[in-house]
Amino acid sequence: MDAADEIVPVLACQDVRKTFGSSVVLDGLTLDVGEHEVVALIGASGSGKSTLLRCVNLLAEIDDGTVRLDGEDITDPKADADLVRRKIGLVFQSYNLFPHMTVLDNITLAPIKVHGRPGAEAKAQAMEWLQRVGLADKAGSYPDRLSGGQQQRVAIVRALVNSPRLLLLDEVTSALDPELVGEVLTMIRDLKSDGMTMVLATHEMGFARQVADRVAFLDAGRVLEQGPPAQVLGDPVEARTRQFLARIIEAGRL
Amino acid sequence: MSTEFHRPSDIQLGRIAFRKRQAIRSVLLAALSTAVLGTLLGVLVTSAPGWDRVKESFFDWGNATEFLPQILEGLWLNIRMLVFCAFAALALGLLVAVLRTLRGPVFFPVRAIATLYTYSFRGLPLIIVIYLFAFGVPGLRLQGTPSVTVLGGAAIVITYGAYLAEVFRAGIESVHPSQIAAARSLGLTYRQSMRHVVLPQAVRRVAPPLLNDTVALQKDVGLISLAGPIDAIRAAQIGVAQNANFTPYVIAGVLFVLLALPLIGITDWATLRAARRQNAGT
Repeated sequence: MDAADEIVPVLACQDVRKTFGSSVVLDGLTLDVGEHEVVALIGASGSGKSTLLRCVNLLAEIDDGTVRLDGEDITDPKADADLVRRKIGLVFQSYNLFPHMTVLDNITLAPIKVHGRPGAEAKAQAMEWLQRVGLADKAGSYPDRLSGGQQQRVAIVRALVNSPRLLLLDEVTSALDPELVGEVLTMIRDLKSDGMTMVLATHEMGFARQVADRVAFLDAGRVLEQGPPAQVLGDPVEARTRQFLARIIEAGRL
Repeated sequence: MSTEFHRPSDIQLGRIAFRKRQAIRSVLLAALSTAVLGTLLGVLVTSAPGWDRVKESFFDWGNATEFLPQILEGLWLNIRMLVFCAFAALALGLLVAVLRTLRGPVFFPVRAIATLYTYSFRGLPLIIVIYLFAFGVPGLRLQGTPSVTVLGGAAIVITYGAYLAEVFRAGIESVHPSQIAAARSLGLTYRQSMRHVVLPQAVRRVAPPLLNDTVALQKDVGLISLAGPIDAIRAAQIGVAQNANFTPYVIAGVLFVLLALPLIGITDWATLRAARRQNAGT
């Protein structure tokens, strides 16, 4: 991105390498994400999208390269992973809500225990968010009583109440049926208009086209091609990208 | 995926070196703090005013070598009891746990008996059960009453069976109902679902606490000495009475610890493996 060259990008991944045993999942991946930018990661299963997000959130330790958050090297072994994670939100494919807590407790856990906010304030803020995403009446419910789409919206709120610098979304709609996908995507679109910086791994090409400022196609652990959605999805340069998109179109998902 | 050799960058080499230095530092720190604490404890104990007398009556080499053969002979009984009791208690526990999960009105008496059993024998002190079995049952003067050793073993099996049953039941209930739904949806009967889907998951999940109870059983096996058989503890007691010196007890204690070590090792390993498996992936 032109703008990102001038100022320090929010997220800068440089030559990131990650291996699991003998398989190389990320192989010298480089990717910058600027402030207020929304980057969609696309690519086949196993191309490293989820692994990249886990590495950025320091849930997985990288084997080479650097990841910088606001210019600070977060992959330095001296860096405090807990402090770094306070600034990054992560939403999982399978929600990962805590089943033994109510929706409200799920959301207020980190604000109270990690960020030291007063209980009443955290609760008020959580209710405000739940109101906004239309789930205020579910505040006292336990996650298993909610539909998948509702659970995922709660999971996104749980990440958002900590006001992260960066929000990572890991195939957040993959476990949802098409009807429920809509409510989650609407929410993410709203976040974009709020100016949230986001990296989202997705299989929803239509959504990537609508919401992303930039689409990055991952293949064999690298960013093979990136650019504006219209270009990457509409007129890709690389043969491998075209092949991937052709299969997606065949499957009726574009 | 690239298969060619990857040469780590300078940054990564720096990180590897840093982590190595950290690891060495941790080991050195651990060694230092252990040495300091060990020395402190040693000085504290040996400088106590009564240390010489305690040393004489608890750590006497002559007494140790004199009674070691008898204690070892007694330990062999403990080992045989342990193997038999552990397997029997595990089998009994599993059976009772499964009986307690049976549904349907027909099985009410079975459920009730199983529940009553776990409630009463978990509350009853083991020593009392051993006395009841070893002295009460022979008092009935029935034909073919087994030896006191067997009766004492039965007391241990029945007491520990109740604890293990509850551990198994916790495991069975921790398997998500969706698993039974999936099994039944495939046409498996309740019994088949239990056998092939629920129990394998349940047993794996509760393996660490099961082994933990087995370690506890291992040392409680020594309580049968109260009923008369000469096991390691009784052999040590005889030695203590003979020379008015407590060293044989210490020897027996050390032998019990050594006996427990392999099982404790297995427990730790199984716990670790279960934790790894459950935490794999997301």
